[in-house]
Amino acid sequence: MDASKGRSRSSHGLSRRAFIQGVIAAGAAVSSVNYLFRGNALGQGAGRGVAERLLTLTVNGQQRRVDVLDQETLLMTLRYKLGLTGTKIGCDRGECGNCTVLIDDVPVYACSTLTRIVHDAPITTIEGLAAPGGRLHPVQQAFVEELGPQCGFCTPGQIISAVGLLKVNRKPTRAEIAEALAGNVCRCGAYDHYLNAVQRATELI
Amino acid sequence: MAARDMMPAFELLQPATVEDALALLKRRDKDGWVLAGGMDSLDWFKDRIKRPKAVVELGRIGALRGIRARGADLEIGAMTTLTEVERDATLRERYGLLAQAARRVATPQIRNRGTLGGNVCQDARCWYYRAGLPCYRAGGNTCYADTPTAINREHCLFEADRCVAVSPSDTAPALIALDARFVVRHAGGEKEVPAEEFFIGPKTDITRMTILQPGDLLTAIRLPAAWANAKSYFEKAADRNAWDFPLVNVAAAMKIEGGTIRQARIAVGGVAPRPLRLKAVEESLLGEQPGKEAAEVAAKAAVWGARPLNHNQYKIPLLANLVKRAVRSMA
Repeated sequence: MDASKGRSRSSHGLSRRAFIQGVIAAGAAVSSVNYLFRGNALGQGAGRGVAERLLTLTVNGQQRRVDVLDQETLLMTLRYKLGLTGTKIGCDRGECGNCTVLIDDVPVYACSTLTRIVHDAPITTIEGLAAPGGRLHPVQQAFVEELGPQCGFCTPGQIISAVGLLKVNRKPTRAEIAEALAGNVCRCGAYDHYLNAVQRATELI
Repeated sequence: MAARDMMPAFELLQPATVEDALALLKRRDKDGWVLAGGMDSLDWFKDRIKRPKAVVELGRIGALRGIRARGADLEIGAMTTLTEVERDATLRERYGLLAQAARRVATPQIRNRGTLGGNVCQDARCWYYRAGLPCYRAGGNTCYADTPTAINREHCLFEADRCVAVSPSDTAPALIALDARFVVRHAGGEKEVPAEEFFIGPKTDITRMTILQPGDLLTAIRLPAAWANAKSYFEKAADRNAWDFPLVNVAAAMKIEGGTIRQARIAVGGVAPRPLRLKAVEESLLGEQPGKEAAEVAAKAAVWGARPLNHNQYKIPLLANLVKRAVRSMA
């Protein structure tokens, strides 16, 4: 998604997404995002120096150097340090599924996973599914065609769970799809649309 | 939520061997915390109710992971994920009861990170305790769940002793029914304990759910050849099919010859502070035919002595019916 072409511009002519991404891009390379990760100011500093905290993550096929605290969840790293805000914060307790990402092609909750524990495995977020030219992943395309989302907040997680399923099972039954998406809550109740969409995706792949 | 965005700082230690892990736990003593999949631990940290200074993460210890033959028995490393337990071909074939139970835990994402060891070492499920209230289990002198106005629909029927919280594990009853052995490593060496002795109630020690002492590690779970391919039954009753902990679950394994039950092991979760082996039920079944009649007797034996709280009376018929179904399924 190209934020500069975003349709939802504010009255100041700058979309919220572009603003957030700009702030993150400016700050992340240098240090932690201080308002969230107040580290040393509160006497909460980790036992390591900044140099030791630098990790190289493989996110969506790209190597990203990032400063990670010991107690930092992957969700925090992705959203606030790498600017990948497609992965949503819902409950932050592993109870909703909005933060689902693929680690080694396996769906997990980013809110309940420490970045340092999984830093050497490839991570795929919703931003990494479309082809470089912007062509949507078949699951994304199917979600569009089947009008999968209603409000859309849980959609990135639903799509990631579906992609994870199709990596191990190319022709899942409707029951298998329902089981694979069981860890993603949709408060709009658009479950049937999601199941239709994943079934459509199996034809598009 | 803002105040909870970040966990308080801790040092993350990632040893590569069991020996290193034991040494670290010994050195950090009361400041230390063992982290398996993190599915339960991180919630405690986020809520600031448990605040360890050092977290010993076991994910780098290859020896703790995987399912392997050990003589005629099958050994499962404690860090094997629930998804691996659910999908392993040998396990499904020989100990389908455990694979079935693992599949009913939480959600796919949780099973992908959550481990078998972590599942059996979960702390008590009681929202008063988990909200950080100073209850008996947390070192205080009252139980917030056992009062006339408390919400205790999910709490226990048996073995309450100051605490009325229940054992929340789905795999624990299956492991007891299969007569599994738990391998515990500590600085002094290794010991193997039967599944049912691994879990302890508040009467034994109200601050712990298992025999693990600080510094101990559960390294593996062994399934005996004697119970491979036994006839089995697992059922979990919960409010939702995904995520929820059991209201009541039942796991049964039986050996039947010529239509007669020769050996039976049956365990239930969600009704006591520890997963409960129903010995009276087992005895009532020996020499019987697994039909309607035996099921009725077994169900009565299962709920004998139950002491419900204000809002959990429904668990008595629920438990009776699950046991009945388990017995009838053997026919």
